Amino acid sequence: MSEGAHLRQPEAGQPDASHKAILYLEGLNVSFDGFKAINDLTLYIDSGELRCIIGPNGAGKTTMMDIITGKTRPNSGQAWFGQTVDLLKLSEPEIANAGIGRKFQKPTVFESHSVAENLELAMHGNKSVWYSLRARLSGEQQALIDATLHTIGLTDHYHQQAGALSHGQKQWLEIGMLLVQKPHLLLVDEPVAGMTHQEMERTAELLTSLAGKHSVVVVEHDMDFVRSIANKVTVLHQGSVLAEGTMDDVQNDQRVIEVYLGE
Amino acid sequence: MFITRILQNDRGGQIMLAVLALVLVLVPVLNLLVPEGNFLHMPTYLVTLLGKYLTYALLAVAVDLVWGYLGILSLGHGAFFALGGYAMGMYLMRQIGDRGVYGNANLPDFMVFLNWKELPWFWQGFDMFWFAMLMVLLVPGLLAFVFGWLAFRSRVTGVYLSIITQALTYALLLAFFRNEMGFGGNNGLTDFKDILGFSLQSDNTRMTLFVLSGLALAGGYLLCRYIINSKLGRIVVAIRDAESRTRFVGYRVEHYKVWVFTVSAMLAGVAGALYVPQVGIINPGEFSPLNSIEIVIWVAIGGRATLYGAVLGAILVNYAKTVFTGLMPESWIFMLGALFVLVTLYLPQGLAGLVQQFQAKGWLQRRAAA
Amino acid sequence: MLKTYDFTRLLLLSVLLWVCPPLQAEQQSATLTQAVPLFQAASFDKTREAVDLLAVSGDAEAVPYLQALLDGQLYQHKAQGTLVIAKDGNTGDELRKIPTNNSLRKYVRAAVGQLSLSHPDAVVRLKSANGLLETVTPEMAAQLRGLLDKETDSAVKEALSLGLAMADLNAADKAVRLTAIESLAGNLHPGVRNRLTTMTTDSDTEVAKAAQEALRSIEDTAALYGHVETLFFGLSLGSVLVLAAIGLAITFGVMGVINMAHGELIMLGAYTTYIVQQLMPHAIDYSLFVAVPAAFIVSGAMGILIERTVIRHLYGRPLETLLATFGISLILQQLVRTVISPQNVPVSNPSWMSGSLEINSVLSLTYNRLYIVLFCLLVFALLYFVLRNTNLGLQVRAVSQNRAMARAMGVRSARVDALTFGLGSGIAGVAGVALSQLTNVGPNLGQSYIIDSFMVVVFGGVGNLWGTLVAGLSLGVVNKVLEPWAGAVLAKILVLVFIILFIQKRPRGLFPQKGRAAGD
Ligand SMILES: Nc1ncnc2c1ncn2[C@@H]1O[C@H](COP(=O)(O)OP(=O)(O)OP(=O)(O)O)[C@@H](O)[C@H]1O
Ligand SMILES: [Mg+2]
Repeated sequence: MSEGAHLRQPEAGQPDASHKAILYLEGLNVSFDGFKAINDLTLYIDSGELRCIIGPNGAGKTTMMDIITGKTRPNSGQAWFGQTVDLLKLSEPEIANAGIGRKFQKPTVFESHSVAENLELAMHGNKSVWYSLRARLSGEQQALIDATLHTIGLTDHYHQQAGALSHGQKQWLEIGMLLVQKPHLLLVDEPVAGMTHQEMERTAELLTSLAGKHSVVVVEHDMDFVRSIANKVTVLHQGSVLAEGTMDDVQNDQRVIEVYLGE
Repeated sequence: MFITRILQNDRGGQIMLAVLALVLVLVPVLNLLVPEGNFLHMPTYLVTLLGKYLTYALLAVAVDLVWGYLGILSLGHGAFFALGGYAMGMYLMRQIGDRGVYGNANLPDFMVFLNWKELPWFWQGFDMFWFAMLMVLLVPGLLAFVFGWLAFRSRVTGVYLSIITQALTYALLLAFFRNEMGFGGNNGLTDFKDILGFSLQSDNTRMTLFVLSGLALAGGYLLCRYIINSKLGRIVVAIRDAESRTRFVGYRVEHYKVWVFTVSAMLAGVAGALYVPQVGIINPGEFSPLNSIEIVIWVAIGGRATLYGAVLGAILVNYAKTVFTGLMPESWIFMLGALFVLVTLYLPQGLAGLVQQFQAKGWLQRRAAA
Repeated sequence: MLKTYDFTRLLLLSVLLWVCPPLQAEQQSATLTQAVPLFQAASFDKTREAVDLLAVSGDAEAVPYLQALLDGQLYQHKAQGTLVIAKDGNTGDELRKIPTNNSLRKYVRAAVGQLSLSHPDAVVRLKSANGLLETVTPEMAAQLRGLLDKETDSAVKEALSLGLAMADLNAADKAVRLTAIESLAGNLHPGVRNRLTTMTTDSDTEVAKAAQEALRSIEDTAALYGHVETLFFGLSLGSVLVLAAIGLAITFGVMGVINMAHGELIMLGAYTTYIVQQLMPHAIDYSLFVAVPAAFIVSGAMGILIERTVIRHLYGRPLETLLATFGISLILQQLVRTVISPQNVPVSNPSWMSGSLEINSVLSLTYNRLYIVLFCLLVFALLYFVLRNTNLGLQVRAVSQNRAMARAMGVRSARVDALTFGLGSGIAGVAGVALSQLTNVGPNLGQSYIIDSFMVVVFGGVGNLWGTLVAGLSLGVVNKVLEPWAGAVLAKILVLVFIILFIQKRPRGLFPQKGRAAGD
């Protein structure tokens, strides 16, 4: 992934991660009509860390990302990005512009735009109305698009309509959109669903290369994939953290085994 | 050149504008230069009728901008059109001066009739052309801005939005029917005499208005095309297709929506302002929900999200309306109703879509032959 | 008021005629016999004495004679001296008409009233006690007091005490006057208000002040009933809105289908009423009972037709559905214009719908409004029951919540869609029957309700029948509350603007449907 090196420069406006952690989730609660999807969830992500989050279906992984990105408002609790940014006070675009990027569980790309346009739209930069009326792609931006297309293996699909891509290609395109957004924190929900084994490896490589300069949170069900990238794993169950540690620690945890194998 | 750059990749637009240019040259020739009696002569009433179609076409372009590209089905664009029309109508009313039935230089006839003693505050300034033209843009724009700001900020979308836009125009309809509103109530504003000192009855004035309508249409078209081609246009389409995804890449969706909605409302206002001096009247009927929804069907028939389709649809439907309401008035409503049903069921891409399909087929055949 | 008074008298008369057996000279009672010579004197004074005698006697049998005297139908047999009532002036030579003049007639009228006060029938007593209020004099106070003691019927008692108080208003004793005024406070009888108004200028300042106070309390009470009336008007308007909207609440709320032709389905219901009445012109009173099911079937069938031919192809494309159904609404309107008439058609009200329920003199509820409210609640309850407790209802809810899952569970969703749409449309037809009783029936009938209906559904919260009910009723009331100071049109505009603003604050309405299905 050496050609992706220039991608790793996060954009200006670093969040204040002076106390090591970049994301603070404390005592979060969300309930839908009385059903507690998130239950007193407390979780910290360190700056530059690559964290995997696993958990059975319905554990609340996606809902947690919804909270971080402003899609769902918690009933109580705190969510901070660095020391200074209170995520619960910001709207979705403000959070995105603060440097949190997200890849959705169900790949959602802009279907009637071309692949390149998808990247153009997702690219970091001034996103005001009047600016975008007059905006032209600069050489630098064009280069970023080309490089990203190369990284995600879609160079040949430059002009293709995104709606016509295969499921796996859409996954890659979404990852590409995440990259050009140049976030500090990447939330990646089930990135390898629908990918071949080879592609999985490429994704793993990409994600590990991103860690360090960026902080990455990956939600994934594929244990082999998780094992291949993670040094720290968090297990969510019924809306709260069940266990946390290395993959081996977690896999040997009695409670985790119970949850996965059924009582 | 600037225009050619805008129209790159817009085959339909190129053809449409070329035809429009031709019409704008031919019609004055046929009307003013070909002597009356010659069978090529074009009577002035036809010129005015064409002018009316052109203003409708501009209105349709404005609707297509929000419906086709932004995905907002506005059932209230007739209101912006009517507001622009009223702003122009107020100027024309003030132009009448003391030539009204009551001969009151300060008050329009209907105010004298209502026993009003002085001009209400909101009529002030409309004796100045520039002010009235400013209002043609500002009033619809401001309404759209406030309404849009409220609606889009609270994320009212889809049919809900359609229904409240309809309620908006309905409320305005009721309001303008009231005499106390000060816009001539039921009868609206009419009996105009002249504009900027030129008699509205004269052939030359009518021709000028016709040409202006054509130019406004061309200008509106190019403006919309420019917007669509810009990055803003791509963002707007992204909002149409995946609104919340657009938010997560950092765009403030409501700002974009309000912006486009307001621009579209202003275009509709301009169309209304050109419409009124040509038809000679503006009344609350223009606010009726039926009018607004008819505009949508022009766009649907022409083909949404193409812009030129909107022009085509507006002119075709209105031509058909003129013909059929003349021949068999009963049947027109049936036809209009059937159009709504058939187009949505069988022609979702409109005529423009049909043309594109044929083109694609022809291309395939040619390739197969080669 | 005058009318009711006449009406009362008429009723009184007919009751009397019915109660009393045909009169024969021999059957005349003792009092009557006593009075006979006085009548014979042929002088107004003597006649007056005779009337007095009869009045004081409390003899109910004397009433018809006095009434006949009033009507100029009382005769005396010249030879025998007996009194005879002759209805049609069909009199021989032996009968002599007993002459009357204006002042005497007035006197007799009072006497009749007084006499009927002791009639054995409580209904008669009540009527006459009520009639008494206009004519009561201070002299009657003692008699009224006596009657009041004997009276057992509470309604009559109340009327009598009111009469007594009115009589006491003229009493010489100031204390009596004051208590009378006090007891009249809050009473809504128009006679009371008039009398008290004259008394506010009484030379005695204390009395005048008391009268003013009593008047104020009367006005307060009247205002209160005024509010009740506004509330009632509002509820009846609200019921119309609910009726118009509830079908939409099903098609839009439960199925998510935007049916712009909903108004025209209402219109079809109204025209069905018209046609039913044309078919049974001699049984208008029963026509509505035929029209309700007929309209349900006509509009319901039309709804199913629309669903099967058009809407079915447009599920999941709400904006297109909106346009297509709008086209259908145009076609239906024009169809009615061409086939029936472009003008309004006359629809009659059954006789049981006219008239009003009089609560008191300032508040009367017209029956047609009252029935609309009841009808609305009935339709709502029925619909609610159908959706809650029947198999169809269960399937409808299943399909509306998760179409794919319901289909997997064996629900035939196409059939359920058609039936649900038919149900909603049928209800629209039923609403049309109700509307035909309130407004003009014409091709544009539906158009004027469609926006209101959507507002109600959206305001109440889509997919929530209760929300529709509450929203409809409260919008009706708000409209009527605003009307007096804003005017009908402005009130409507204000309500529209309010809803437009409300939706922006709470896009999901008053009672939002919960869960992920309602979101995105
Ligand atoms: N908007 C909502 N309304 C109602 N329930 C919701 C909503 N969002 C999430 N839930 C519920 O919250 C629970 C957690 O959902 P979530 O999508 O976060 O699970 P997850 O851990 O991402 O599962 P998966 O691994 O299947 O993606 C689920 O039971 C889900 O049904
Ligand atoms: Mg998930």
